Amino acid sequence: MLAQPAYVHPVSPVTDTRKVVVDIAGLNKYYSAFHVLKGIDLKVREGERIVLCGPSGSGKSTLIRCINRLEIAEQGRILINDTDLSLPTREASKVRSEIGMVFQHFNLFPHMSVIDNCILAPMSVRGLSRKKAIELAQHFLTKVGIASQADKYPSQLSGGQQQRVAIARALCMEPKIMLFDEPTSALDPEMVSEVLDVMVNLAGSGMTMLCVTHEMGFARQVAERVLFLDGGMVIEDSPPEEFFNAPKSPRAKAFLAQIVH
Amino acid sequence: MSLAELQNMFLNPDLLERYGPRFIDGLLVTGKLVAISFTLGALLGLLIALGRLSSNRFLRSFTGAYVYFFRGSPLLAQLFLLYYGLGSFKGFWQDVGLWWFFRDAWFCTLLAFTLNTAAYQAEILRGSILSVAQGQREACKALNLSRWTAFRKIILPQSLLVAIGPLGNELILMIKASAIASLVTIYDLMGVTKMAFSRSFDFQVYLWAAVLYLLIVEVVRRSLKLIEGRLGRHLQ
Repeated sequence: MLAQPAYVHPVSPVTDTRKVVVDIAGLNKYYSAFHVLKGIDLKVREGERIVLCGPSGSGKSTLIRCINRLEIAEQGRILINDTDLSLPTREASKVRSEIGMVFQHFNLFPHMSVIDNCILAPMSVRGLSRKKAIELAQHFLTKVGIASQADKYPSQLSGGQQQRVAIARALCMEPKIMLFDEPTSALDPEMVSEVLDVMVNLAGSGMTMLCVTHEMGFARQVAERVLFLDGGMVIEDSPPEEFFNAPKSPRAKAFLAQIVH
Repeated sequence: MSLAELQNMFLNPDLLERYGPRFIDGLLVTGKLVAISFTLGALLGLLIALGRLSSNRFLRSFTGAYVYFFRGSPLLAQLFLLYYGLGSFKGFWQDVGLWWFFRDAWFCTLLAFTLNTAAYQAEILRGSILSVAQGQREACKALNLSRWTAFRKIILPQSLLVAIGPLGNELILMIKASAIASLVTIYDLMGVTKMAFSRSFDFQVYLWAAVLYLLIVEVVRRSLKLIEGRLGRHLQ
């Protein structure tokens, strides 16, 4: 389905000179006694597209949820554009609105029309006028190919359409970084590709993206790095061709054997 | 039995002429009493519900105790406590300048009803706020909405849709429980009915009262249906 790599995969981490936008060091997170993240270190550079995969319970969702503080890690540090998000400063709040998130279950506001879903945060958080916010929303709704449904309620749309609205809603905040938490896992198979197409386009526009997904075709086509997590640790961190063709760890091999048919 | 006799039994024209206007007045008093106390109770109830859901331990236990008391004791006892109990400290209320309030049966009744229904409404609202999917809150956080905006625009509208049924139920219960006001000299619908009966000894006035209560409840029921349709328009 998604065959050829669309991008040139760079450059060794050493020679990569792009700015580091997400800098995670020594991140530890517990759910009461369960140690979910065990000392994660991760640097993401501007415009980088990272796919996180791994068995369920490996901590990949928790990791990206820590990045926009839906989860608070007990130890460690997350810098976004050199701002420490864990400090309750005004700057931290501002940085947070530069991170967009797309959820597995869309989490659209069911009592609001598509356009109202998209303009709420731009008006309320960024202080845009209604007119400006609507223009912005229409721009992104057109980009995800759903402008004609702007006045419908989420329940009147298919799953794929809802997820595309959710992507547009996040983009309306004009984030610098986009997080995707299994964006296609709740979709019927025939709707997966319409969402992936939108994500591929977004990647082409230079957006910094962290995607938790099991769509390995997408990973091959778009990702610069694939991170394989298991047991709360990053086991592998390599370009996709290396990860898929020559995984180093036995656990990654076993994982790939199970999901690539 | 002739038709005239039947009419005399259920809708006696003389009786209607003598007491009809008072029944209308009583109906209005009941309506006003319930409308005011239910509305104030909703506002107070929302605050109590938020207190029950607060992360502050003091607020949580205070509002918990409030609900425990007002749901756990009869409305009649609460009304008597306020009107006869607090009303017996005349000197104190005069000193603090609140005697005008506590000597007045109308104000005491309004207060008792408000405090009572607030406890029930708080529990309804608490449950309905909890019923809003966690993902909605996460989406609000991810969009960096302020807590107030998230509550007002996202959580409250969705929880009201869940709450509207039980709130309507509470309103209907309140309308009927408001008959208690007649025990502290208020001429609400039940008050005028008792008065009309004590003068005429004709049981049919109770039938009128029953029909009028039914009428109010029917109006409420239909209004609720309209509101429900409006709040849930995204589900159609």
